[in-house]
Amino acid sequence: MSETPLVDELEKGPWPSFVKEIKKTAENMEKRAAQGMDIKLPKTARALLKQLEISYKDKKTHWKHGGIVSVVGYGGGVIGRYSDLGDKIPEIEHFHTMRINMPTGWFYTTKALRGLCDVWEKWGSGLTNMHGSTGDIIFLGTRSEYLQPCFEDLGNLEIPFDLGGSGSAIRTPSACMGPALCEFACYDTLDLCYELTMTFQNELHRPMYPYKFKFKCSGCPNDCVAAKARADFAIIGNWKDEIKVDQEAVKEYAKWMDIENEVVKLCPTKAISWNGRELKIDAKNCVHCMHCINKMPKALKPGDERGATILIGGKAPFVEGAVIGWVMIPFIEIKKPYEEIKEIATRTLEWWDEEGKFRERLAELIWRKGVREYLKVIGKDVDVRIVKAPRNNPFMFFKKEELRPSPYIEELKKRGMF
Amino acid sequence: MVKTDFGPPKYDTMLHPIIKRNYGKWKYHEVIRPGVIKRVAESGDVIYVVRFGTPRLLSIYTIRELCDIADKYSDGYLRWTSRNNVEFFLTDEKKIDALIKEVKKRVGFPCGGTWDAVTGKYGLSNIVHTQGWVHCHTPAIDASGIVKSIMDELYEYFVDHKLPAMCRISLACCANMCGAVHASDIAIVGIHRTPPLPDDDMVRRTCEIPSTVAACPTGALKPDMKAKTIKVDVEKCMYCGNCYTMCPGMPLFDPENDGAAILVGGKISDARRPPELSKVVVPWVPNEPPRWPTLVKYIKQILEAWASNARKHERLIEWIDRIGWERFFEITGLEFTEHLIDDYRITPYFYGELRTSVQFRW
Ligand code: HEM
Ligand code: HEM
Ligand code: SF4
Ligand code: SF4
Ligand code: SF4
Ligand code: SF4
Repeated sequence: MSETPLVDELEKGPWPSFVKEIKKTAENMEKRAAQGMDIKLPKTARALLKQLEISYKDKKTHWKHGGIVSVVGYGGGVIGRYSDLGDKIPEIEHFHTMRINMPTGWFYTTKALRGLCDVWEKWGSGLTNMHGSTGDIIFLGTRSEYLQPCFEDLGNLEIPFDLGGSGSAIRTPSACMGPALCEFACYDTLDLCYELTMTFQNELHRPMYPYKFKFKCSGCPNDCVAAKARADFAIIGNWKDEIKVDQEAVKEYAKWMDIENEVVKLCPTKAISWNGRELKIDAKNCVHCMHCINKMPKALKPGDERGATILIGGKAPFVEGAVIGWVMIPFIEIKKPYEEIKEIATRTLEWWDEEGKFRERLAELIWRKGVREYLKVIGKDVDVRIVKAPRNNPFMFFKKEELRPSPYIEELKKRGMF
Repeated sequence: MVKTDFGPPKYDTMLHPIIKRNYGKWKYHEVIRPGVIKRVAESGDVIYVVRFGTPRLLSIYTIRELCDIADKYSDGYLRWTSRNNVEFFLTDEKKIDALIKEVKKRVGFPCGGTWDAVTGKYGLSNIVHTQGWVHCHTPAIDASGIVKSIMDELYEYFVDHKLPAMCRISLACCANMCGAVHASDIAIVGIHRTPPLPDDDMVRRTCEIPSTVAACPTGALKPDMKAKTIKVDVEKCMYCGNCYTMCPGMPLFDPENDGAAILVGGKISDARRPPELSKVVVPWVPNEPPRWPTLVKYIKQILEAWASNARKHERLIEWIDRIGWERFFEITGLEFTEHLIDDYRITPYFYGELRTSVQFRW
């Protein structure tokens, strides 16, 4: 009779099973420890299964609030976690996770991965998440005393790995695969993401801000890393000029594709026309939604005047409500060494650090202070493209300099009100 | 000396030589079958990207096996996607079948998770999810177990291209929504339904009372200075758990009343229609471990109602827009209840006029 009948149910079925992964880890760790390998926590994976079984029975979590744990010199990168069943299952009393900064775009050599596995076999539970939702490699479960040696071993690997961000810090930036594999990329997402990661190493490892802050880089409006919805600073590839059309390739598609119904009619602004021989796109009306390009990747390409749109403030509902990022910079060139974008990011962070209240995300600060003020901070002019439509109320603020001289103004001044 | 602040390995040291050689010079791609994307470069080089679904929670022993496979088939290179799939890079089309067989046999991962916008045939990608009972202290539901149960039921949609459009499913185990499920076609969110039950002793020992009180979005908390604890106005509490995040003395777990809400109709890409937030269509489903049959049934019901009624390229929200919410509830068989009417008065209409899409004209 199995000790874990409920979670065992999740070994069944065609989809790969996380329970099998936990059991496989437990069996291998126990076996290899018995063979004399230096494995500090051979029983932790098995213990996790036991605790999970109890959660499945009780229908609740058995993890307690984490305390603050980290490695020397850093303030984050580790999520502290303790079990409330520590007296019953001592192997799981501590179960901290380490966030390891993944290579940008989640590309790996097997050598890099094997190095990670060796370190985690020695110092941890042997369980991972590939990857956490921010993008880090998650090392799932170790004890406080092993955090430091594990971190040092990671740093001493032939291909060394560093911790990612956690807490009120810059979180590990992430990027779509961009130019590495995708023909739609309007800028080098991997390089920019790597550069931002390296520029803000201090801010990533040492929580110092009102709350968390996320950068995410997608190469085109398809936004494969979902930056618009979950990054405070989303850098979305975009272009300004006409979509490039290869008419011969369009004709190839036309042999079997219903271009009229699947492309022309689905263009949100009806910017496309097709007469059976030639596809025309009205560049003035195209809103860069990507639909036609997605449909005909052999025939259509983003234009040549490429860069990015910056959306600011994307976040989940906590605390004041969910936000999809607001367009604050409709277009910016993204060229090495990325001085302009780094400058804007730095000014944004400094302003938020200065003005933000405890647990106030950037969107909430902009909401409190006003878009005008934020634009001033980053030194950008207003642009009609940052709104869907102008405001629908007349409750505008006017600056003194905007008013005409008048006796009324004189009176205000005389009374010390102006 | 312990090294610090050296950052991740540089991406260009992790790229397959074909990818490196054609970096930024890809010409087009073709999805040649579910799970296999052929990428052709301007140079004429070709690489086949073969995608497999994973349970996200992986054993180091599985990762080592994936490495063995990558050494054998893809010159020692592999990659993960933003939705927890793993990809191998092949230069020889003839080896694809053997790779798929070997992955299936050694680690049990299915090939799929792709879609082909060109022909308008879409597969379901993996469900992005959070920690649940495996690691977090605030979940109202488990994560991995629910995802496993749903994907078992929707398996055929992962390994094949049978859907009319893209459909993103995401799960977060509490309202913190790590992983941002709030803009998914179908989202599952763990919710509590009971106000916190202050543990006065714990509050006294571990909490900063003013910041906990201030953390409540609805103003439901008041400091009780005399007793040095916190009082809850249960009429105002909407069970978000923010106070518990701030203070371990404010637990709000009730196994019989915690559960999941289901949201639909969010999207992130700008294709055709701007990004949009998901909306609640099922207020609460109980926790039913180990397989959550009621929740799984609802998800399948929604997905299949959409899949059999939507037109080509019509994502869930686009379909709903065409047929109307009245018809959505009729066709899916879901009940429209009073809980689905927004009465969270604190929700600020965050700058309703600001543009939340890259759709604009030059
Ligand atoms: C007020 C809002 C939030 C709070 C209080 C919060 C809190 C937490 C906590 C306590 C954990 C630890 C889970 C564990 O034990 O491993 C966690 C994990 C995580 N959170 Fe959040 N979170 C919030 C929102 C978000 C959002 C919006 C995102 C992403 C867009 C996010 C991304 C992550 C990631 C990537 C993890 C790692 C574990 C995983 O991948 O599931 N969090 N969060
Ligand atoms: C050349 C490579 C790729 C192309 C051409 C591509 C194409 C697309 C397209 C067409 C969309 C928009 C779909 C729509 O709304 O109709 C999209 C969105 C998306 N793609 Fe990709 N994609 C690529 C790579 C990837 C990869 C490797 C992943 C990870 C598995 C990924 C994940 C996503 C996600 C998460 C979205 C957002 C969907 C949403 O919620 O709106 N993409 N991509
Ligand atoms: S976001 Fe655009 S450029 Fe990046 S991988 Fe997706 S489709 Fe390609
Ligand atoms: S990118 Fe979108 S808006 Fe522009 S022409 Fe194509 S379908 Fe129309
Ligand atoms: S969604 Fe909530 S319960 Fe789940 S991992 Fe994030 S904070 Fe924890
Ligand atoms: S659960 Fe949320 S709404 Fe209820 S008292 Fe706590 S912070 Fe306030």
